[in-house]
Amino acid sequence: MVAMDAILEMRGITKEFPGVKALDNVNLVVKRGEIRALCGENGAGKSTLMKVLSGVYPHGSYDGEILYKGKPMAFRKITDSEEQGIVIIHQELALVPHMSIAENIFLGNEIAKNGVIDRHETNRRTAELLAKVGLRESPETKVGELGMGKQQLIEIAKALSKKVELLILDEPTSSLNEHDSAALLRLLDSFREQGMTAIMISHKLNEISEVCDSLTVLRDGATVSHHQGMVPESQIIKDMVGRSMDDRYPPREPKIGEVIMQVRDWTVAEEGGDGRLLVDNAKFDLKRGEVLGIAGLMGAGRTELAMSMFGRSVGVFRKGSVKINGKDADLSTVSKAIKAGLAYVTEDRKSLGLVLEDSIRRNIPLANLAGVARYGVIDHHKEGKVAQDYRKAINIRAPSIDQATMNLSGGNQQKVVLAKWLFSEPEILILDEPTRGIDVGAKYEIYTIIRDLAAAGKSIIVISSEMPELLGITDRIIVMNEGRLVGEMPTSEATQERIMSVIIKSGHDLTEEDITPEEIEAETAHV
Amino acid sequence: MSDTTTDRGSDTFGFIRRNMRQYGILFALVIIMAFFQVVTGGILFRPVNLTNLFLQNSHIVIMAVGMLLIIVAGHIDLSVGSVAAFVGALAAIMIVKMGLPVPLVVVLSLVAGALIGAAQGYWIAYWKIPSFIVTLAGMLVFRGLTMWALQGQSIGPFPKEFQMIASGFIPDVFGPDKPNTLSLILGWGAALVILWLQVRNRKRQEAVGIADEPFAFFVGKNALIFVALAWMTWALANFRGLPNVFIVMAVLVALYSFISERTTLGRRIYAIGGNEKAAKLSGINVERITFLTFVNMGMLAALAGLVVSARLNSATPKAGVGFELDVIAAVFIGGASMSGGVGTVIGAIVGAFIMGVMNNGMSILGIGIDYQQVIKGLVLMAAVIFDVSNKRKS
Repeated sequence: MVAMDAILEMRGITKEFPGVKALDNVNLVVKRGEIRALCGENGAGKSTLMKVLSGVYPHGSYDGEILYKGKPMAFRKITDSEEQGIVIIHQELALVPHMSIAENIFLGNEIAKNGVIDRHETNRRTAELLAKVGLRESPETKVGELGMGKQQLIEIAKALSKKVELLILDEPTSSLNEHDSAALLRLLDSFREQGMTAIMISHKLNEISEVCDSLTVLRDGATVSHHQGMVPESQIIKDMVGRSMDDRYPPREPKIGEVIMQVRDWTVAEEGGDGRLLVDNAKFDLKRGEVLGIAGLMGAGRTELAMSMFGRSVGVFRKGSVKINGKDADLSTVSKAIKAGLAYVTEDRKSLGLVLEDSIRRNIPLANLAGVARYGVIDHHKEGKVAQDYRKAINIRAPSIDQATMNLSGGNQQKVVLAKWLFSEPEILILDEPTRGIDVGAKYEIYTIIRDLAAAGKSIIVISSEMPELLGITDRIIVMNEGRLVGEMPTSEATQERIMSVIIKSGHDLTEEDITPEEIEAETAHV
Repeated sequence: MSDTTTDRGSDTFGFIRRNMRQYGILFALVIIMAFFQVVTGGILFRPVNLTNLFLQNSHIVIMAVGMLLIIVAGHIDLSVGSVAAFVGALAAIMIVKMGLPVPLVVVLSLVAGALIGAAQGYWIAYWKIPSFIVTLAGMLVFRGLTMWALQGQSIGPFPKEFQMIASGFIPDVFGPDKPNTLSLILGWGAALVILWLQVRNRKRQEAVGIADEPFAFFVGKNALIFVALAWMTWALANFRGLPNVFIVMAVLVALYSFISERTTLGRRIYAIGGNEKAAKLSGINVERITFLTFVNMGMLAALAGLVVSARLNSATPKAGVGFELDVIAAVFIGGASMSGGVGTVIGAIVGAFIMGVMNNGMSILGIGIDYQQVIKGLVLMAAVIFDVSNKRKS
């Protein structure tokens, strides 16, 4: 039975990846003409669900059924769903910067006769579409010359060109400023009045309450709750994070020593573009033997903070200083940062951490080749011994150290990257999403390694989007949002709700009134 | 003994299958040699032909070791033929026109090559301009400069001293009678040293339990290499002795194998080609190392240019045309990966000799240059297809 006014009904959707159940019996009913919000933590399964709906994951690769306008659908590719009027706009825009607005809008769907593109008709239709989304630009303007807000509008115009009836937006305002966000939300509002249905994935609860009619919360790949109309934010937050904390973390007795690192005024701007600040006046201390967590949503600037400190590997350095053991540290190149005692274990082990076709043995010494060489000549036997030792010490499960790292599981790859950085003998380890995409058992092993390192007097910074993980293994948590440190708390006083509300409040404060950074600091100081 | 070999199967056949990429190319060379030995009625392995084989392919081998590093680092160098020709022209002008002493000219030529490599490497490493484009420009520029420097004429002949680089043989300090005793000592000595190094390495591997290669295979492979080297030395020593360029090649191959496999510099080059971002985040100075591989390539192209002009006994505007393609083909036939990070010096040398033996064998058979090109092209394609399908299986 389909509800009378439902345009979309997804029933019992289950999607598995090797080793992970990304979606577990998810149900979603969307009414015609409403804007439905989809909320959840990173990795809750929101994007996966939308990929199932739009045919990115073809019919047959998941269980469950999709009813659209009352009829069962079996999309095999994106164009199948687009033919039915379901269009998805991804978080990362899919526009070709060197092409004009008109060329982008009709890319893959060109207005042509016998393969010859009709430029005038294309431009005419583009102008119409641009008028609908309220963008005053020539159809021949190159997309790369426009800001993010305008590009987002072009994506929407592109969706309109496909006769969209159900528009899916994946965090549409995440890279927009306040003004553009507000304009976009107004546009969605006007589309609703014309009868369009939309699903909006968002973290920003204020935006949700502004435009959405109803709300679905996903957690760990399952639907937790559906709400109609206004819902208290506290309820939404609780639904988003409400996991039980069991003994998924090794017990630990922190032995925290003196301050080892002091970061002051750390400011980094985006490369190119309009120089948006990725990290804005970051200031924090790290103590010996301490595990410091950095919480925040995706794009909050946590990775940028870490990588900019590690040899200015991201963005453009504006200002700031780092003292290690009371002395100014030169972190201007990666090798200097390593010498200063830093190590950064990347969140993206495949593209930034490993030489995938190389063996475990060859990957481990890469950040400290001098450690296995004399006068620039590598001692293969020492290298083999180092690899064997780490394989045993942190339990890298592989048939041999000559195994190519591309053939290892995610957890074992992560351990190889970890071994590489342990071998560089750092004082301060920055672990960026150290347990992303690895199974529960391997997670526990990684937590144990972190605990043992801290016990051995190393200082550790853990960046994680999994709040239970931060609560389970850290001593202190700082919270980042939009490039700024917006809160700090001892882990003993932290809860997921509290972290989430710090993030959300920090977003609110900026939208509602212009608060100076000093005021935020003053506010967060008493939090 | 660790649990290394038990679950992977230590039988010889399984080992060969897993290491097809490494050994397939060596098998191919052996098969191609055997084939031409038979169809040419034994001419291929005659001492005089064997000597020619080395002389005619020395420049390819010399450049292949440099190109291997370039390709492993994820780049390409299309300019080497033009650079070789240009440096050959410079050397001819310095020797024939200006009358400078040969040793000085050799040094100046190598410096010139290194500077050319630096000029190209600078844009590639520090400005991130694709190497294909920079060296394509270099290919045109240095071809043009060669023509300009030579005014469209050939310059020659060279003094004997210079010709010796390419066509000389090592002198026999033990008297003129055959076989050439010094050649025998060097050749057999090298064969013994290689054998000893292999045995020592094997023993060390066994000691820590990481010996992967089946024993029978280890014995067979090394026996084959040892016998081949010993026999070849004997054949050459009974003709005119080891050619000078053979010594140059042998030293380069040994040196560059060592650099690529045993030094931190070599390891960094592989890491850059394998994953540049990961290498950079590991504190590796990607720019400087990329730059240095091009400086090195320029120097080796210069050396090849000297060898070629010494062999032809003149510098000509057309020298070195198409060398870059032979060199690049040798490296890819030898198992290097277009995307970087994979390849060995030995593989590249074997690749160069596969091309060389085919050229030589087909010429003996009187096959026209037209068919030769077609066949070489198909062999290159086959080698790469073999490589890709092999990769896909694993």
